[in-house]
This record gives sequence, C-alpha cells and structure tokens, in this order.
Amino acid sequence: MLIQVNGKELEVEAPTLSALLRELGYEGTVVATALNQAFVRAVDRTATPLKSGDAVEVLVPRQGG
Amino acid sequence: MDNAPFTLYGTTLAARLLLGTAQYSSPAVLAAAIKASGTEVVTVSLRREAGGNRAGESFWSLIRELGVKVLPNTAGCRSVKEAVTTAQMAREIFATSWVKLEVIADDDLLQPDVFGLVEAAAILSHDGFQVFPYTSEDLVVAERLIGAGCEVLMPWGAPIGSGRGLNNAFALQALRKRFPAVPLIVDAGIGTPAHAAAAMELGYDGVLLNTAVAKAGDPVAMARAFALAVEAGRVAYCAEPIPPRDMAEPSTPQLGRAFVELPRRA
Repeated sequence: MLIQVNGKELEVEAPTLSALLRELGYEGTVVATALNQAFVRAVDRTATPLKSGDAVEVLVPRQGG
Repeated sequence: MDNAPFTLYGTTLAARLLLGTAQYSSPAVLAAAIKASGTEVVTVSLRREAGGNRAGESFWSLIRELGVKVLPNTAGCRSVKEAVTTAQMAREIFATSWVKLEVIADDDLLQPDVFGLVEAAAILSHDGFQVFPYTSEDLVVAERLIGAGCEVLMPWGAPIGSGRGLNNAFALQALRKRFPAVPLIVDAGIGTPAHAAAAMELGYDGVLLNTAVAKAGDPVAMARAFALAVEAGRVAYCAEPIPPRDMAEPSTPQLGRAFVELPRRA
C-alpha cells in the first residue's frame, strides 16, 4: 500500500506501525511516532494498523534552540 | 533580595543561563560550550532523521552524557495541533514533562501566535505538561498563559536569532513588576552578554539563548562570557541599582571645597 512517511510517499507492506518501523530499519532506535498528526505511544504501535493514504511521522532527538 | 537558586516547576537550579543546542560547528564544540556556560538546562527538539546516519541517536547520547536537564521545544510548529502532538512525542522520547511551547505565526519575525499559544498551553497543562511558553512581552497574553496553567513565562527579547537584545525593555519591566512571583526568562533575541546582563538587571530570573553563543567566533569563550554576564546582572539586581537622574549629582562632597569664597577675576 502507498503511505507517506516523513513527507515522502512509500510503498510498504507493513500492516501496523510497529511493523513499519521494522521494515524501515528503525527497530532498536529511539524514535517517536505520529499517525495522521496524532501521537502514537510506543506501547500502542503494535496495535495501530496502517491503511493506504496514511501519513506517518517518525521523529528523532535533534539539536534545538 | 539575594542571589539564591531559583525554581522552575519544582526543580531548583543554581545557573540562570539556559542554552540552546543548535547551530554549533560540531558536537565537540557544543559539549565544550555547555560546560563553559555552566548551564543546567539545554533545549532540544524532534526532527525527521536525515540521511539514515542515526545522528539523532548520537546527539541524544551526547546530551545524556553531559548530565544536563533537557527542555524539549516545539520549534517550527504553526498550529495548536502540531504543537500538541510534537510535545506529546517529545515527552515520550525525552522522558520529561517540560516543554518549551512554540506556536509560530510569522515567517519573517518568527513571532509567537499568542492565540494558539494560550490554547495549546491549556491543553498541555491539562495533560500534565509543565509548559514554558515562548511568548511576546504582552502583559495580557501573560495573564492568559498563567490562567492556562503556565508557572513560567518566557517572553522574547527580540526575534529569534536577531541578536537585537531587549527591543521593549519597558514592557519586560512591566511584566516583572506585574508578576513578581512568576519565574520569568527572556528567551530569544539576545546578541551580546550586555543584553543578557540587562535582562537580569530588570529582575528576570534567567536567560535562554542559542545563536549568540553557537554562531560566535569562539562559542566556548562566548558561553563563558554569557555565564559571567548573567551572574553579574543577577548580583547587580539583588544589589539594588540606583535610579537614573535627569541632572548631574556630584559624587565628591561639596563640603570643604576650596576657593568657594574667592571673588572671580574678570
């Protein structure tokens, strides 16, 4: 299915948010996630299904002012 | 008055300089500047990973090793929804309920959207966040933010990164007098240590800055200079400076001055 990840369109197979992070190589890294602009807690990723057209944000710690 | 430690949401701090972590030339310079500044609180952000090099993880490890407290921001957020979601993501990843709340309204000045700011502050405070709002010097907005649950206010000195100092010292002073018990931190627009000292001399509890140190020719030396200026400004405020006068007032005693009785020669 076609979804957006961090603003880019991607064809993915992952049925859930946690599977998507595995598919994209984020497993084991410190990330925070949002689906369609709503925060998804780490503990809820496995139970969060994805559907075509979803917009996912995967954010990491960065420098800030 | 004294130069005692101050408290932000129950956390007591000795250092009154808070430092941003962006724009440094390298992680080593950032770390050295943080140490030189003596700060106990640094601001951080959340962003999309760029290039798959796990730079985010490396940065986060560096900050944790320095042992400083982090204040995550919602920099760049243009709506209440964006800011609230970003704050929620930051709380999980940085394991803190502190958030420097930014809702930006204007591209040129990076001016706070004070209406969205108050709305987002109320949502986040209700959700258990401890909100540090990046706001303007507007007194009425400050009242609304306090009503929304903010126990700290962070009015700007000038637009972010401008280095212009305190654009409206009168309004900043009015905020200080109106809210004597609320911790106030000047956030943004500071360019030189003199600006930071001036904010502290107004009675502000702290100063938060980034660009003035990160983009200085020698960021580590400048971090030290700001630490000294913030301390000097605080000590000066506690020492109660004299009020300005319109006319001269001789400092040398007039009593005993010589030649006062002699007639002046033509």
